[in-house]
Amino acid sequence: MMKKSICLYFQVHQPTRLRLYRFFDIGKDSHYYDDFANRTIMRRVAQKCYLPMNALLLDIIKRHKGEFKVAFSISGSALEQFDRYAPEVIDSFRKLADTGSVEFLCETYYHSLASLASPAEFKHQVLKHRDAMKQYFGVMPKVFRNTELIYSNEIGGEVYDLGFKAMLTEGAKHILGWKSPDFIYYDPAQPKLNILLRNYSLSDDIAFRFSDKTWPDWPLTGEKYLSWIKSAVSKGDIVNLFMDYETFGEHQNAASGIFDFMRYFPEVVLKDGLMEFVTPSQAVRKLKPVDLLDVPQTISWADEERDVTAWLGNELQQDAFSKLYGLMEKLSIINDPVLWSDFGHLQESDHFYYMCTKFFSDGEVHKYFNPYDTPYEAFINYMNVLSDFIIRTDAAYSDLDAKFVSDKKDAAKATSSGRVAEKKKKPAVKKSTVRPVKTTASKAVKTKKK
Amino acid sequence: MFGWEFPPHIAGGLGTACYGIVKGLAANGVKTLFVMPSAFGDEDSSVADIINASDVAVDTSVCDINEFLDKVSFIRIGTNMIPYVSSDEFRELAELEKKRQVKDFSIRYGQKYKFSGKYTSNLMEEVARYAMVGGTIAMQHKDEFDVIHAHDWLTYLAGIAARKLTGKPLIVHVHATSFDRGGSDNVDTRVYDIEKMGMEAADKVVAVSDLTRNIVINRYGISPDKVITVHNAVDFSGRENLKVERGVKDKIVTFLGRITFQKGPEYFIEAAAKVLKRTENVRFVMAGSGDMMSRCIRHVAKLGISDRFHFTGFLRGQEVGKMFALSDVYIMPSVSEPFGISPLEAMRSNVPSIISRQSGAAEVLSYAFKVDFWDVDAMADAIYALLTYPSLSRFASVHGYEEVDTLKWNNAAYKLKRIYESVIK
Repeated sequence: MMKKSICLYFQVHQPTRLRLYRFFDIGKDSHYYDDFANRTIMRRVAQKCYLPMNALLLDIIKRHKGEFKVAFSISGSALEQFDRYAPEVIDSFRKLADTGSVEFLCETYYHSLASLASPAEFKHQVLKHRDAMKQYFGVMPKVFRNTELIYSNEIGGEVYDLGFKAMLTEGAKHILGWKSPDFIYYDPAQPKLNILLRNYSLSDDIAFRFSDKTWPDWPLTGEKYLSWIKSAVSKGDIVNLFMDYETFGEHQNAASGIFDFMRYFPEVVLKDGLMEFVTPSQAVRKLKPVDLLDVPQTISWADEERDVTAWLGNELQQDAFSKLYGLMEKLSIINDPVLWSDFGHLQESDHFYYMCTKFFSDGEVHKYFNPYDTPYEAFINYMNVLSDFIIRTDAAYSDLDAKFVSDKKDAAKATSSGRVAEKKKKPAVKKSTVRPVKTTASKAVKTKKK
Repeated sequence: MFGWEFPPHIAGGLGTACYGIVKGLAANGVKTLFVMPSAFGDEDSSVADIINASDVAVDTSVCDINEFLDKVSFIRIGTNMIPYVSSDEFRELAELEKKRQVKDFSIRYGQKYKFSGKYTSNLMEEVARYAMVGGTIAMQHKDEFDVIHAHDWLTYLAGIAARKLTGKPLIVHVHATSFDRGGSDNVDTRVYDIEKMGMEAADKVVAVSDLTRNIVINRYGISPDKVITVHNAVDFSGRENLKVERGVKDKIVTFLGRITFQKGPEYFIEAAAKVLKRTENVRFVMAGSGDMMSRCIRHVAKLGISDRFHFTGFLRGQEVGKMFALSDVYIMPSVSEPFGISPLEAMRSNVPSIISRQSGAAEVLSYAFKVDFWDVDAMADAIYALLTYPSLSRFASVHGYEEVDTLKWNNAAYKLKRIYESVIK
């Protein structure tokens, strides 16, 4: 009999936090980021989580000679911060990559919501992230995970077109109905795109409940956890445990015993011998999809609702979102790397998450991740930054316009005097072919609202 | 229940709050005898039986003057400072004082005292006389009530007198403290003493916010388990939002309240100057009057923003509603505000509000913008954002309206009822 599978996947991300940006700064100071906070937090999380956990995983992989496997996706924003503030973390990930037991997945470079705004921008960020994975770890990702496990049939189609064979998303109850998340499914429009679903109950046992002493099942042990997995998988093929990597040492601190648990758990599984660890790629090679999964409406792994309302649920978020993506056309024409980079960082989903006004229901989790006291402050700060960014974009655009006009005059002179006109095309057309313009931001927001 | 004022004749928020409480209690099935120093006769008596203390003669048929005075001996009419006396001398003096009081009281005996019911210069005397009359009223109505409830220091002495004479439990309700009125360094010790006496004599102390509750505990040394927070509410029944033609196209940012130290008007001016440096098409209005008004006018002139910063003077009745209707942003930068009902009124008029964190209202309003009163940068930023980002002001307006609509006196009165029940033996 074929062994049943456990698939561990960890999300590594750090947002590029914005500094306190008052309206006095608009038009005067275009440095948007809180370098101090970003560095401090990155250093702290590196010490508490990334470095010790990477070392631990490396140790387990070596000890079990490749029988233990995990998958990661590391956002581009996190990579940039590693480079800047904790380069030793990159080295430790490289060591993991070299074992061959670790798969790196692809995601949007800026951990963005581009999949809800613009197919063109989405594609750009996916490719940018794929290149980064190649550059940093020498691997070519085959499996995709979208920001916050956001998924719909439409996004599935786009992901398939970008050459991915599988995608991760949430085993959301309202989508699954009676179905179990512990199988592989396929997308109805793209039958070749396999879908792996997070088993949220078992994943959250580690990610949220592990150190909760009021939890009846506290403390969680390897044996206990394995028995739950086995009973879950008795009617399924695979248990997908997807969670934030910061769970280990940061959300659940070292004193909770999370590291001991993670050291011990693989041993328990492998000794038991009835289950095996797989990476997402191996899972889709090994297992056949059992059924199609129709997801007409966008889902994610956030909050009780498992939808995108944590980022685009209120008017403030929608306004900021559509203002931001409204700049796509001009930015494509300007095609300036500095503006592109700021545009990317401003797209990070975290900025929208901070503006969430679901104060009460999921307030606890939101508060934990939120540097702002209120969603209003988050919105005001973001909009002040965005206002400056819009001013810069408009200025660059009108500069270009002026240049285009003068170029045309020159060209006109040139044609009248000789020829050469062909050579000096207007930059707008040439540049826009680099990144096609198709802004569907406003449309996407509308469909989200229903 | 001892109050000082009752709508429609009110000078501050106390009367409005009392009305809301009495009305809410009525809805919760609690009957109220509302005693006030000077009733006009046009008060809404459908919610409570109003007793006008000016109509009641000091009547000691229930006990003789000496016994009465023994029980209420803490009441001093006028101030009597007697420094550096030996104990014998003191006894003598005290005896003299008592005689004087008996005489004083005998003169008043059987007479009515016409209270002004205002906040006048002989306030201390009125407060003391109110206590005497209050005690009499309590004895007269002894069989009709179970709990004594006194609102703010003006009525505490009356409450204590009533408690001593009838033995019924006393609740004092703290709407404001000396620390809110004068700032920490400028406390009227006579008022403080009365406040402390009232709180100590009370069976339970009700505070209008956690902020006030902390002051009661820390500054008056009252045991925390005796102090309970019951947040204020607003009664909007029968009120329609006005529609007003605008004279100017500019957006309007409004401060409305007494122009006193407590309300933080100068922080508003500083923030306004910062906003005006970056934006046009905005005007600032300071509505109200107070002892800091001329200082504020000079401040505005010095900053050179007089053309964009306007003073309206004291606004009455309809004018207040009109001012709200004209406003795009309301701001309450109070240095210390036990509760602060005005932002609730603004939000009810669909005006997004910025309030200081040092206000009780901040404890109940999620959809108001909160800043520290001294943080003029944050204040300016919030004003700017509300003027500049339409989705923000729309959001704050819609959700703010919904939020204040849920703050009902009935709920506050329900909590009071529970407190009453807890002290009735």
